[in-house]
Amino acid sequence: MTDTNREIQKKEAELEKGVEHTRATRVFTPTVDIVEHKNDIVVLADMPGVDEKSVDITLEKELLTIYGRVEPEIPENHRLAIAEYGVGDYKRTFTISNEIDRDQIQASVKDGVLKLVLPKAEGAKTRKIPISGNA
Amino acid sequence: MTTTYLERLLDPWREFDRMNRLLRSSPTQTTEYPAVNVWVNGEDAVITTEIPGVTTDDINISVTGNSFTLSGKRPADEEKNVQSYHRHELWHGNFNKTVQLPFNVDSEKIHASYKNGVLHVSLPKLEAEKPKKIKIES
Repeated sequence: MTDTNREIQKKEAELEKGVEHTRATRVFTPTVDIVEHKNDIVVLADMPGVDEKSVDITLEKELLTIYGRVEPEIPENHRLAIAEYGVGDYKRTFTISNEIDRDQIQASVKDGVLKLVLPKAEGAKTRKIPISGNA
Repeated sequence: MTTTYLERLLDPWREFDRMNRLLRSSPTQTTEYPAVNVWVNGEDAVITTEIPGVTTDDINISVTGNSFTLSGKRPADEEKNVQSYHRHELWHGNFNKTVQLPFNVDSEKIHASYKNGVLHVSLPKLEAEKPKKIKIES
């Protein structure tokens, strides 16, 4: 079941207007899954080359930003014969609603995949509202 | 028989066909998953690839002569009780990729490591194919 038509090129992140980079590196937009469960929202992001120490997660007002730093490893005294992908940092920003319990956000990285668990705040969990029959 | 310029002018359809063929035969930019970078020098080759979400047990590397094959799978995630997917971009499935190297590889000395979703394989050149310095007697 090999899907050869898959888009495998990494997408380079677009610069925000009026923002300049200070690190001389390329920045890519990681692909993500955002899955909503009853009690939480899980964000999975493919960030190969990133570990727990090189990822920053910031939450400012409604903006959740994930940033992963990657130090390119270039083999010494070699020349690049085939180049199919670029190496660089990762950055992606999402807006999240106030329904998230900001103090309980958990992050982990495994095999280059970042996993963020954003628990829903108590008040935001879906509740069944009973409707009384006789008004 | 070669066609002269005049003949081509008189038969525009043939010219159209020729251009069409040219366009179709041009190399297409399709890269099979996963994308690889290959570094070489006179002694060895280093292949790196990004395969996030794949565990070491699911990676297979094999080498025959000068051809390097990488295969494996990224299993589908086991998210349970999903209410909705807001984004669903991650890729899952099997992959198989072959890279031809410019020399035959000493398969006994291959070294592979996998860290943070990045696979790093070093493939030394077969000793017999390395250049030998020839001493000149005077």
